[in-house]
Amino acid sequence: MNSIILQIAARHIKALLVLFAIIALLRGHNYPGGGFIGGLLAALSVIYYGFAFNAKQVRDKLKISPTTYIALGLSLVVLSFVPSILNQLELMQGVWLKVQIPILGELKLGTPLLFDIGVFLTVIGVTFLFFFSLTKVE
Amino acid sequence: MLNILLIYFFLSLLIFAVPSKVFKYKAIVLALVQLVIFVYFFTKIPIITDGETLISKISWIPELGLNLSFVLNGLSLAFALLITGIGSLVFIYAHAYMKSYANTDRFFFFLFLFSGAMLGLVLSENLIQLFIFWELTSFLSFLLIAFFHEKESARNAAFQSLFITGFGGLILLTGIILIGGVVQSYSLTEWINNADEIRSSAFYLPGLILILIGAFTKSAQFPFHFWLPGAMQAPTPVSSYLHSATMVKAGFFLLASLNPVLGGTVEWTYIIPLFGVITMLVGAYFAITQTDIKAILAYTTITALGILILLIGVDTKLSIKAAILFLFIHAFYKATLFMVAGLINKKTGTRELSKLGGLAHYMPITFVVALLALFSMAGLPPMLGFLGKELVYEANVQSPGIASLILILGVAANVLMIAVSLFFLKKVFLGKKGNYSKNPNEKGLFIVGPALLATLSLFFGLFPNILGNSIIEPAIQSIFLETYHIKLKLWHGFNKVFYLSLFTVALGTLLFYLIDKYPKLLENWRKINNKIFTIKFVDVFSNVMDNFIVFSKRNNRVIQHGYHRYYLLTIIVVTALLLWFQVFVTRGWELPAKLSFNPFYISGLIGIIMVSAIFSAISKSRIATIIAMGVAGYGISLIFLYYSAIDLAITQIIVETLTVVMFVIVLQKLPRFAKLSSKATKIRDLAIALVFGSVMTVLALKAIRLELNYPISDFFVENSYLKAYGKNVVNVILVDFRALDTLGEITVLTIAALGVFVLLKKKKV
Amino acid sequence: MEILLAILVGILYTAGVYMILRRSIVKFIIGIIFLSNATNLLVFLASGIVSGKPVFVGEELADASQMADPLPQALVLTAIVIGFGIVVFTLALKFKFFELTGTDDLDQLKKTDT
Repeated sequence: MNSIILQIAARHIKALLVLFAIIALLRGHNYPGGGFIGGLLAALSVIYYGFAFNAKQVRDKLKISPTTYIALGLSLVVLSFVPSILNQLELMQGVWLKVQIPILGELKLGTPLLFDIGVFLTVIGVTFLFFFSLTKVE
Repeated sequence: MLNILLIYFFLSLLIFAVPSKVFKYKAIVLALVQLVIFVYFFTKIPIITDGETLISKISWIPELGLNLSFVLNGLSLAFALLITGIGSLVFIYAHAYMKSYANTDRFFFFLFLFSGAMLGLVLSENLIQLFIFWELTSFLSFLLIAFFHEKESARNAAFQSLFITGFGGLILLTGIILIGGVVQSYSLTEWINNADEIRSSAFYLPGLILILIGAFTKSAQFPFHFWLPGAMQAPTPVSSYLHSATMVKAGFFLLASLNPVLGGTVEWTYIIPLFGVITMLVGAYFAITQTDIKAILAYTTITALGILILLIGVDTKLSIKAAILFLFIHAFYKATLFMVAGLINKKTGTRELSKLGGLAHYMPITFVVALLALFSMAGLPPMLGFLGKELVYEANVQSPGIASLILILGVAANVLMIAVSLFFLKKVFLGKKGNYSKNPNEKGLFIVGPALLATLSLFFGLFPNILGNSIIEPAIQSIFLETYHIKLKLWHGFNKVFYLSLFTVALGTLLFYLIDKYPKLLENWRKINNKIFTIKFVDVFSNVMDNFIVFSKRNNRVIQHGYHRYYLLTIIVVTALLLWFQVFVTRGWELPAKLSFNPFYISGLIGIIMVSAIFSAISKSRIATIIAMGVAGYGISLIFLYYSAIDLAITQIIVETLTVVMFVIVLQKLPRFAKLSSKATKIRDLAIALVFGSVMTVLALKAIRLELNYPISDFFVENSYLKAYGKNVVNVILVDFRALDTLGEITVLTIAALGVFVLLKKKKV
Repeated sequence: MEILLAILVGILYTAGVYMILRRSIVKFIIGIIFLSNATNLLVFLASGIVSGKPVFVGEELADASQMADPLPQALVLTAIVIGFGIVVFTLALKFKFFELTGTDDLDQLKKTDT
């Protein structure tokens, strides 16, 4: 598709969508969102971009291959189980770290967040792989 | 003991690592390994005779009673010594025998692995484990029989033996599980400890019968005996090892080890001897009319197996004693005779009785060896076989079951055996010299094994107590679970048994004299046989097999027709009918709520979804179909949104978008819808769809009515923030409470993605 | 409203089943999508639908009776994403099938593997 309007719009919307996806991911624990939604959104932004230009260009711009995303995501998921093992808790039991940050207040970092980021990356990788396979770009 | 089996396993793989051209003595090395293991077991004799048993156990799935556990008691020691000892000799023999054939590596691989499997079988304490080794021996036997796979007869015989023994093995497994269910264990020790409970349970008889079928198929008992003569298609080392000395004894081994559990009942002492005695007679009867020397040996093996099964079934101390002794006797003489037969075949190029003769002149050592072995087979003094026959008679006389019948048939079988032995000796080694292309000799390592075994036969015949005290006694102890002292002697004095023996020998010799003097007699006998026994088991078997295949093919054509739609159709129709049936059975409920259209915008939304679904189904345009599908999907996401499921709504919207995008990508490259279905098919499909759809509506209505407690959900809601520090309960469930499910899900996604990737990958040239 | 939704579920199933019985593969795949949507909706419906009470809790002990049931929502969420994966996989299969046989007709599948 060679619509200039679509192409210009896609450039800006892409950035916005990715930003939105990351926000959806990070606040997913407390508000609507999460790894699945974030991942799908992020992938959608790139696919939208690919629609405006073509899949080949997108693939060239993408520095990390889809399979690497998947591998990274799954590794993070597995990594998120390590703290519970090290602390001799039940497998997959959440482990939380509370960090005091001035102004913002208390920030809670936990293994579920890590898990969610893993899901996020996996979903991105899977959707990319779907997209590039179907458009025959390797 | 596991280590020993691992040695077998790894060494058998190593056979391929060394090229045969570089190193020609692989079989000799393997024979030495067997010898070392033999010596290892030999050194255990003092420990075992003291009444100890060695047990080693490795837990695998203890919850299911599946463990790797090995036991070395008197019985398994006796078998282990036979397997390794004769195995060693067979490998020396095979070294000489297999020289002229290709693919010897594969042969030795199978044969060596078989030794390991057989050893594993006799050392198994867990019965499931025993079953695994049992099937492994069947399978390796199949591969060995089919070693000359260029010959169709070899392939057929291999298939036959695999089918019968493998099928028997499965039945055995059923029996084991049935009995195992009674005591909740598959450990033989546990079975023995709870023997009374097993014997009095309702599962005893079915379990016994199933186990018996397993044992009978393996030990070639009537009516499963016919695979054994077929198995003679195997190279001779295999026949002498598997089909005489070891594998076919596995059925006997199993019955002997299970004797303390299942034995001692009326069923045991009637069923088993009956089959044993029939087998014994059938084997001996057909042995005498055979013309192929290997076939003669095969049928006499069937006789011997019949005797063994008979004795274990008679189930007295004397009979068990006779059985264990006879096990050794038979292993010694039959392995010898097979090896001799192989040697003769090799050197003269024939196995036909009519073409052989006068071989004593060319092969004097072989003649002596065969003479000893045949005497043992005939049960003549001073061989070990004589001792065995006496004991067998004595045991039969005292049989608690159908004693007189067993005795008569036993004598008849023995008469035939004597005649066969003498006839074999006369025809092959004495008499007129056959027409040989070149003079037969006995060079090579052929004669080592048979000579040693024949000498042992003689030696133990003269000094039976060496064998009796060291091996047979502990073996009997492990069956009867109490110390038992035996005394074996060649001369029993003038008693009933002795006269019976004398009578047998006289009758046997007379029979031999008759068939030797009047060759016509035997010929006519064969003719009569062919007339009487018009039904051959082998033919019946292949007929049944052929019919089964025809039946399956016909079946397949109907069930596996290849039309994707009709598979789906069947599934859907059956599901719909079952659901309607269930709805009908549980009828009599009220509608959960009144039909309302409030709020109107949701009603409208639902209307739009309905219309777009229907439009999507009937539209002929591809784009319209996909857009309608998208509309329905977005509509559903709005429903999720209205009914408090925000995360769901967002996911549904994005997924719907992605789906449409993917469709559009693919659709660009695809043709238009073709008009493929006729109107009648469409109406039929619509009817089916309506039947299914309506039952789902009813199901949905019933589901609303369902009064459920939500204890799990309540827990999630209450602890979402307190324990998992998250306010979005749905997300907390996904990443914390039920993280395992999510892990599974992303794994599925990954696999799907990789599948798509591989499917559509460009082929790299 | 539940009755209307139940009827919707029925219609979605009807459309889905009708479509998977077609010979054209595009229709077949869209049929699968309808079936998966219908099933998601059925599970969602069976959990008892409440409007306007999304499952977000505060920092204090929450009262579960005041909210929708979160568990079916989590289940359906996973089901939606997996359904997406399955549909794309089927799509890829179909694509490959078309490339190999040059036809859209499912009945031709019979010939490719025999």
